[in-house]
Amino acid sequence: MARIDLVDLAQSYNGNDAPLESFALKPVTMTWRQGGAYALLGPSGCGKTTLLNLISGIVTPSRGRILFDGRDITPLSTQKRNIAQVFQFPVIYDTMTVGENLAFPLKNRGIAKAEVDARVKQIADLLDLTPYLNRKATRLTADAKQKISLGRGLVRSDVAAVLFDEPLTVIDPELKWQLRSKLKALHRELDLTMIYVTHDQTEALTFADTVVVMHDGRVVQSGTPAELFDKPAHTFVGYFIGSPGMNIVPAEVSGHEARIDGHVIGLHRNYGVLPAGKKIEIGVRPEFVDVAAPASGLLSATIERIDDLGRIQFARVRVGNTKLAARVPPGFSVSGDTAGLIFNPAYVHVYADSHLVEGVA
Amino acid sequence: MDKTINQKAWFLVLPVFLVVAFSAVLPLMTVVNYSMQDTFGNNQFFWNGVGWFKELLDPSTDLGGRFLASLGRNLFFSAVILAIEVPLGIVVALSMPREGWSVAACLVILALPLLIPWNVVGTIWQIFGRPDIGLLGYVLNHLGFNYNYVANDIDAWVTVIVMDVWHWTSLVALLCYAGLKSIPDAYYQAAQIDGASRWAVFKAIQLPKMNRVLLIAVLLRFMDSFMIYTEPFVVTGGGPGNSTTFVSIELVKIALGQFDLGKAAALSLAYNLIILIVCWVFYTVMTNAGSERPVKEGAA
Repeated sequence: MARIDLVDLAQSYNGNDAPLESFALKPVTMTWRQGGAYALLGPSGCGKTTLLNLISGIVTPSRGRILFDGRDITPLSTQKRNIAQVFQFPVIYDTMTVGENLAFPLKNRGIAKAEVDARVKQIADLLDLTPYLNRKATRLTADAKQKISLGRGLVRSDVAAVLFDEPLTVIDPELKWQLRSKLKALHRELDLTMIYVTHDQTEALTFADTVVVMHDGRVVQSGTPAELFDKPAHTFVGYFIGSPGMNIVPAEVSGHEARIDGHVIGLHRNYGVLPAGKKIEIGVRPEFVDVAAPASGLLSATIERIDDLGRIQFARVRVGNTKLAARVPPGFSVSGDTAGLIFNPAYVHVYADSHLVEGVA
Repeated sequence: MDKTINQKAWFLVLPVFLVVAFSAVLPLMTVVNYSMQDTFGNNQFFWNGVGWFKELLDPSTDLGGRFLASLGRNLFFSAVILAIEVPLGIVVALSMPREGWSVAACLVILALPLLIPWNVVGTIWQIFGRPDIGLLGYVLNHLGFNYNYVANDIDAWVTVIVMDVWHWTSLVALLCYAGLKSIPDAYYQAAQIDGASRWAVFKAIQLPKMNRVLLIAVLLRFMDSFMIYTEPFVVTGGGPGNSTTFVSIELVKIALGQFDLGKAAALSLAYNLIILIVCWVFYTVMTNAGSERPVKEGAA
């Protein structure tokens, strides 16, 4: 159990002299607090697995340091770090029984048999594996095998953190929910730091209390699910999280006003004069844009289609060349193919070169 | 439902039937026919019933004695080369590089002995081991070892075994290498995290994952070594005496040397039967090893 600090950590698979832009993980400094449930969220190839493998020691970093509780463990091998990792596909030792699989990490570390048996029994109870302890592990289903992989990590009493690399990929959907709730329960019970890599936002948002969003080798934002939803720090976060994603519209911003195609939208905060030469955009989630009957004070848009998600309807509209999604308020029925858009100023954010600009209240 | 009846379909089976009949069934039946008869040449045959088969199993007769002795030598030979080639092949596969240009180089070097025709392998070792002009034989004798595979039983055996190891270990190594390559990286990473030693990784991951290819390797090497003919025939001719006369060499001696077609036919049927049985056993073991189905949770 430990706090994990990353200091200027970076990884390049093409050598340290490669240009920074080609790094699989660009330099990152951050802290994972003891006992936190983290999710590393991002599309394939964004560097999230690289970051995970750096922490577990499978990959040695090109630059930077990793600290466990303030102790530099960068040069230590995987064996010497107290890390457990669960992989995308279940890894089990074919010739062993479930019990022997669970005992394997302890036996390798030369722990006395009585203690091994006690730990194995305890972990098997936690994971509901007790009835299978004497069965061959090869003959179990994928989710049971994944539980064994997880159990091998938890069985060591000294693990600093448990890392999950998309562990539910091969699990049936109905069992995914069960296994994820199991993980949450284990997290509460064992007070372990858990880092969960996924590209599935539902998985990330339901599992974690802090979600770390990665994009193109960089950590673009870390925060609670609510923070990511309400105030994305980067246009990528806005667009990646939420369904449909955030609307990003090029605009001219000055003071309390944003101008789209000459139409003025009021803003909640004062942005003063933004630096010239940067790409200025406003971002607003579809949930905070309402479709209304066309009127002179509203930004007018062409309706392309309506997506009915059951609980809520979203209109796909077009303003000039920009596509947007907007909420259809309950009771409003769309007539014709033009509509006006009403923006909720409290949730309209301004981005300069994709990064959030904090306004003055 | 009325079933369409069309007897013309038989004609579609006919070509296969004819090919199989002429290439396999009829020749085999000829052998069965010969095995029940005795011949004194001049194409004269006499009915002998199961007489030859009785002799085959009776070590006090000439035929039985020769068959059982050569069978014993053959089984011993197979056991020895399996005991050497399988572990050696595994070690070679484990020490081969995983990536880079050296992989291709290793594969080519390993494949070389497999590409050499059997009688050429025999000739190479026949010359290589000669005390007068062969590099190996000459050097060994100059170092003070009295090595002569033509005169000494043990030297002949060592030569034949080393030759087979030289020729065929590559096959085992290549099969094992393919098996090793198919193990996902996650297994090694998980083993690192579990703190497994090199030996534990071998025992818990690599060996079990090579299980299937090893079975194939053992099967192939057993069959080949059990049927071995050309190489020992070229090197030692079955000698000195009968010390390296394997079943196939004995069979050729009886069939073509003495022209005892009846005895040879009986012997070859027995030889064939042994190989069939071993194949069947291996096949059963392999298919059973692969038929493990995952068991649903709660079915216990």
